[in-house]
Amino acid sequence: MASHGIKDRVAIVAMGCTPFKEHWDKGVDDLALEASNEAFAGAGITKDDVDAYWLGTAQSGMSGITLARALQLQGKPVTRVENYCATGSEALRQAAYAVASGAYDVAMAVGVEKVKDSGYQGLNAFPIPNDGTTRTLTAAGSFSMVAPAYAAKYGVDMADLKRTLARIASKNHYNGARNPRAQFRREMSVDQICAMPNVAGDLSVFDCAGVADGSASAIVVRAEDAHRYTDTPIYIKALSFVAGNGSGLMDPDYDYTWFPEIATCAADAYAQAGIEHPVDRIAMAEVHDCFTPTELVLMEDLGFSGRGTAWKDIEAGRFDLGGELPVNPDGGLKSFGHPVGASGLRMMFEAWLQLRGEAPADRTISSISGDRNLALTHNLGGYPGEMVSFIALLGASLD
Amino acid sequence: MRGVISYGAYLPHRRLDRSTIAAVAGTGGGKGTRTVASYDEDTTTLGVEAARRALRATTTRPGALWFSTVTPAYVDKTNATIVHAALRLPPDVIAADFGGAVRSGVAALRAAISGGPTALVVTADIRTGLPGSADESAGGDAAAALLVGDDSDGPVIAELIGSGTATDEFLDRWRTPGDARSKQWEEKFGETQYLPLAQAAFRAALADAGIEADRIDHLVVTGQHGRANKTVLKKLGVDGAKVIDDLSATVGNPGAAQLGILLAAALDRATPGQVIAVLSLADGADALVFRTTEAITTFEPASPVADQVAAGAPLPYGKFLAWRGFLTPDPPRRPEPARPSSSAAARNEDWKYGFVGARDRTSGAVHLPPSRVSMEGGAIDDMESIPMADVGGTVVTYTIDKLVYSPSPPVVFAIVDFDGGGRAPVELTDIDPAEAAIGARVEMTFRRLFTADGIHNYFWKARPIRDVASTAAEQQGA
Repeated sequence: MASHGIKDRVAIVAMGCTPFKEHWDKGVDDLALEASNEAFAGAGITKDDVDAYWLGTAQSGMSGITLARALQLQGKPVTRVENYCATGSEALRQAAYAVASGAYDVAMAVGVEKVKDSGYQGLNAFPIPNDGTTRTLTAAGSFSMVAPAYAAKYGVDMADLKRTLARIASKNHYNGARNPRAQFRREMSVDQICAMPNVAGDLSVFDCAGVADGSASAIVVRAEDAHRYTDTPIYIKALSFVAGNGSGLMDPDYDYTWFPEIATCAADAYAQAGIEHPVDRIAMAEVHDCFTPTELVLMEDLGFSGRGTAWKDIEAGRFDLGGELPVNPDGGLKSFGHPVGASGLRMMFEAWLQLRGEAPADRTISSISGDRNLALTHNLGGYPGEMVSFIALLGASLD
Repeated sequence: MRGVISYGAYLPHRRLDRSTIAAVAGTGGGKGTRTVASYDEDTTTLGVEAARRALRATTTRPGALWFSTVTPAYVDKTNATIVHAALRLPPDVIAADFGGAVRSGVAALRAAISGGPTALVVTADIRTGLPGSADESAGGDAAAALLVGDDSDGPVIAELIGSGTATDEFLDRWRTPGDARSKQWEEKFGETQYLPLAQAAFRAALADAGIEADRIDHLVVTGQHGRANKTVLKKLGVDGAKVIDDLSATVGNPGAAQLGILLAAALDRATPGQVIAVLSLADGADALVFRTTEAITTFEPASPVADQVAAGAPLPYGKFLAWRGFLTPDPPRRPEPARPSSSAAARNEDWKYGFVGARDRTSGAVHLPPSRVSMEGGAIDDMESIPMADVGGTVVTYTIDKLVYSPSPPVVFAIVDFDGGGRAPVELTDIDPAEAAIGARVEMTFRRLFTADGIHNYFWKARPIRDVASTAAEQQGA
C-alpha cells in the first residue's frame, strides 16, 4: 500500500484557456469548444486523435455528454468528474492516470463552468435533498473564521492582519492587471481594499475570488511520446489528492488556523516528486486563494512558511511577482476569476506558460534557476473542517 | 390527588416598546412593552421551549402531550408531534393539537386534569393585529407548559380542588382562517355577555371546592376581552391585592398561553396550603381552583416568570413589522433554500428534532451529527446516543455573514464546543451582531430555520446564556 505517483511518466503537451469573465454571450458549449480548440491547435492534432476525455464541471452539466455534444465527439469515452472547486484538477488527474496506465495514448482534460447564468452573485451550491440541518453559511462566512483564529493564535493584531490580507489581494490584483485573460485587470492598493465594507466576518468582497465563466484544457501523453507534439512539454512530477472526512467540523481539537487535508496532501505530493525541501525546488506556485485568509494559511500548509510566520513573509514581499517564490503570478482566483470546473486547469496553464517562458514579459517570473525549477499548483474545495485538496508538481525537464 | 406536578413558562427574548409604534403606523401604540417571538420562532418552537422547562424541573414524564394554540404553524398536520420529537418522548405518548380559539388552551388543561395519563399541556401563542391596531399593541407572544397528573405519578405541587364552566354562543371576537387580524363586535356587548358567564363558572368552582371567595390567595383572570376582565374582577368578592398582575405592561396578552403564564407566575410565589383560582373568559368561562401542597416548597421552576419579564432586549418596530410579514425588506440576493426532505428528516429525527448526537464508546469522541463510523479509531456501529440539547457550550470562533440567505439577515454563526465534549457549527439567535464574542456561553434552542414549499424547517440554534442582571441593564441602556 503506497502512493507511488507517476513522476516523469506523463507530459502535458498542449493547453488552452479562455479569458475568464462574465461571458454573457457564451454558453458551456462555446467555452469548452474554445479552450479545447486552443489545445488541439497547440498539439497539432484533431479531436479524433484524442483517445479519451475527462470533463470537469461542478454544476454546469451532467455526464460526459456535456462535452461530447459540445465538441461532437464520435464514439469517444468521455467522463464527467466533480470534486468541489478542485474539479478541474481532478479531470487532469484522471486523464494523466489513464495515459500512465497504458490504456490510452492521448487523453484530454477539459474544465468548464458557466457560473453567471444563475442570476445570483457568488457561487451557489446545487441543492441535494437533505434533512435541513446543514449549515446556513456562505463559503466567505466559513473561511472568514480563519482570520480571527489565526490572529489570536499567533498574537497578530487583527487590524494588522487585515492589512496583510489586503496585501494578498493587492498582490493578486497587481498580477492580474498584467494578464489579458484575467477577469479583473485593475490594480488595487492595500488602503483601497481595507476601505471596503465587510460582507462576512472581516472580509470584504475584495477578499473574495472573482466569479467568472471560463474553460481551460490540457492534452496529456506518455512522457516518451511528448516530443511528437511539442518541443517544450511539461512533465508531471506529482498529483496528490486528499478528501477530508469532515471531522474538523466536530473535532474540538481543530482550531481554524490551518487545513489538515492540505498539509497531508502536500506531504504526499512532495514524496511523489522526491522533494525533501520544497522551497529549494519550487520556483512558483498557483494556490487556491478563494479568500485572502486561505492564501495566508496555505503558505504554511504547503511548507513555504513556518507556522505562524506566513504573514511576515507576505509583508516582506516574498510571494510577490518579483519575490523569491511568486504565488499566483497570473492573478489567482482573486483576479483571474473562478469558474469552478476550470480553475484547477487554469492554474496549470500559468505553470505551463511560466515554465516554458511564454508568460507576457511584464509578469514573467525571475525565480526559476538551477534546481529551483518546479511549479506547484494547489486547488481545494469545501470549507475549513471539511475540504478536498489537490496538489500538482510540474517541471519542464525530466529528472 | 390530581393537579399540577410541574410547569414551565417561556417569554421570547425580544420586546417591542409600544411608544415606537405610532411614529410609523400613524396610530396605535401606548405605554410599556410586549414580547415578540423571533423571526425564527413559531408557536411550535415557543411550545418546545416552555415544555423543556417544565420537564427540566421534574423527573416525572408525561403519558400524553396536548398542544394548544390559536396560531398553528401547520394545519392538516399535527404540531404536537414536533414538540413530542423535540422533547424526545417515546412513541407510546400520544401527542395532539387543541386548536382554533383561545378557549382551546383552557379546554386542553381541563381535559388533562380531569383524568387519564400524566399529561403535558402546552399552550403557545403569537398575537398579531394590523399595524397600529389595539391587538398589535396589547398582544404578546409566549408559551406555557403544565404537567398535570396524579400524585402517584409524581409530587403534585397544586391540587385541583374545584372547577366550574359556563358555555354560551355569542359573537365577540372572530377571524376567518388566513386573515391577518381578528375583528371584534362592539366592546360593551361582549362585556355584558361575559359577566354572568364568568360569575356562574366562578361560583360553580368555589362550590365544587367547598370554599368561599375570601379563601383565595391568588386570583388569575384571563381573556382577550380586557374590559370584561376588569369588570369581572370587581364582582368576584376577592381582594384586589390577591389578583395576579396580568403582565399587560410588559408581556402583553399572549392569547392561548395567557392562562399558563399567569398560573406559572402565581405558582412561582405561592407557599404551601394556598388557594389559587384561575378564571378564563373565552367564548364562555372556565374556572379552576387549586390548593398548593407541601411539595411546592422544594419545587424549583426552571425559569421564574418574573426573571423572564425582567430580561429581554428591545426590537425596533421596523423589524417587528418585517418579522410579522407586514413589511418586506429586500432579501439578500441569494437563492432561497430548498425544502428539507421529509424522508431524510424522518431518518434523522433524533438529530434534527432532538439534537441527539453519538458518542464512540471506545474513544469517547462525540459526533454531531451522529455517525455510524467513528472519526477516531474507526469503530463501526459502536456508538451510544448522547442528547445535547440541554448541554451548555462556548463559542470558539464566530462570523457575521451578510451574504447568506436568511429570513432576517445577517446570520451570526459560531463554532460551539459543548461542555464535556463535542463541537458543532451552529447559527446564533436572540443576539445582536455586536454581542457575538469568542468565549461567550451559549445554550441550545429549538427554532424554525426557514420555510420552503410550506415546509417549516425546524432545527436547533444556540443563544447566549444571559443572567437577569445584565439583561436588565441592557434594557435600561437601550
